[in-house]
Amino acid sequence: MQAQQISIFLENKAGRLSEVTGILSDAGVNIRALSLADTSDFGVLRLIVDDNEKAESTLKKSGFTVKKTPVVAALVNDRPGGLHGILDLLTRNGINVEYMYAFVQQSGDNAVMIFRFDKIDEAARILSENGVEIIDGDRLYAM
Amino acid sequence: MIFNIEYETMPREALESIQLRRLQATLSRAYAAVPFYRNQLDGSGVKPGDVRSLSDLSRLPFTTKQDLRDNYPFNMFAVPMDNVVRIHASSGTTGQPTVVGYTARDIDTWAELMARALSAGGATRGDIIHNAYGYGLFTGGLGVHYGAEKLGASIIPVSGGNTRRQVIIMKDFGPSILTATPSYSLHLAEAAEEMGVSFRDLNFRFGVFGAEPWSESMRREIEEKLHLKAVDIYGLSEVIGPGVSIECHEAQNGLHIFEDHFIPEIIDPETGQPLPWGETGELVITSITKEAFPVIRYRTRDITSLNPEPCICGRTMARMNKVSGRTDDMLIIRGVNVFPSQIESVLMEIKGVEPHYQLEVDRRDNLDTLTVRVEISDAAFSDEVKELQRLSATIENNIKETLGVSASVKLAEPKTIARSEGKAARVIDRRKL
Repeated sequence: MQAQQISIFLENKAGRLSEVTGILSDAGVNIRALSLADTSDFGVLRLIVDDNEKAESTLKKSGFTVKKTPVVAALVNDRPGGLHGILDLLTRNGINVEYMYAFVQQSGDNAVMIFRFDKIDEAARILSENGVEIIDGDRLYAM
Repeated sequence: MIFNIEYETMPREALESIQLRRLQATLSRAYAAVPFYRNQLDGSGVKPGDVRSLSDLSRLPFTTKQDLRDNYPFNMFAVPMDNVVRIHASSGTTGQPTVVGYTARDIDTWAELMARALSAGGATRGDIIHNAYGYGLFTGGLGVHYGAEKLGASIIPVSGGNTRRQVIIMKDFGPSILTATPSYSLHLAEAAEEMGVSFRDLNFRFGVFGAEPWSESMRREIEEKLHLKAVDIYGLSEVIGPGVSIECHEAQNGLHIFEDHFIPEIIDPETGQPLPWGETGELVITSITKEAFPVIRYRTRDITSLNPEPCICGRTMARMNKVSGRTDDMLIIRGVNVFPSQIESVLMEIKGVEPHYQLEVDRRDNLDTLTVRVEISDAAFSDEVKELQRLSATIENNIKETLGVSASVKLAEPKTIARSEGKAARVIDRRKL
């Protein structure tokens, strides 16, 4: 039910982001989705890639602080109210969204959203029970 | 004005005979009353009675800050607590402050020295002194306070902080002498400007600034912005507090050491060998009148040189140059002594934080700022920004609580801070002193 996301700590320095993309490009790793959370001092880059192991090991080798984080990828109807339906469902069930971001690609009439929850297993269960399609890791990385 | 003409203008020969007599008495008392000094002297094979001339002083072992820490809190006291009327403490390193005590006579001595210092800085009976040094365990505030009262001047014990109120007091009370750290004085100038108060319209004539190193260019800036004449005062709590030496406002050229109470030496910090007049090295001080807390050959870690030439002000006491640096890695940040090792021990107590850090010291808006760059470990890394911010805030709080100084923490990527034992890599001090 879960997918893995690669999280990378970045100082706010010019060119740091392109170093990450350069390392991944050299390793032949394809970035499927990304989000960057930043403060005035540092940022956290979150990536969905096609090869987690390779991404993690090459980045670590280059001295980055890297971590794998479980996330949930869900299909969201690509129409007004599609995302709201999901968020409303989660709120009613007392689940917090820590952060979320959209996948680059569409899947049919649906957008793919990546969610990080405080209660990830419970969140995935509630979504499935209510007819929201969850995309597992292997399918996600290959999209 | 010279507060104590007899002593402050004494010919060197007469001064030296007083110094020898007082040194011998101090050694006898310290040997009898303080186990640390007895062990030190026994270990070096010199008995107090062996010191027959001032040059014999160099045969005695040094006392270091570590020795004071090892004897925390009261084991260096040379009198019973019954005779101690005051206790001060300097900010601690790795949680252990240096504690000093005073007898009633020590407090009198200190007041006399501070009266001399304020006089040398231009103060007289009729002056109102705005004392912005902190009152409390720190010796600055109370040191100036007692000296001002001894002098007969009017003291405003405003202490540090609450800058806007200070500006109002300066405007309404019309003080003529300012005593503060040099950086705080410039901060006051800025606050006044923001409030539409010009120092040009205030009553200040002189300022006595110390407790942190400052340069000639900073003196020019202070004199220009505050419309007063600025003199440097030197002291350290281990020796007595402020009032060890003072610049006279006439020459503003070197700080007169009150040699009838302290014997200064300059040594090579590497070999410990005494250096002749005029050479630059580490200042070592022996107190020769203090009762509760005598210090014998105390290594100040401050770098300076001594000049015995008489001064245009009439004082015969030797002058030390403005302190130009330290022989250890101590930083003085907003008047607070900070050792990198203190920061390190704070970091080590926080789970998941690596002891790889760098201190960046800067001066913004005339106030010292401390930034601590800390490498983040895999263990401490969270992909949630708020967790990382919580980690920074925890480190900042712990530094503030342990060291009493505000720092801003910046998380750094691993292996981005140079690995080296030296001070250079640990500390980047960008203050222009």
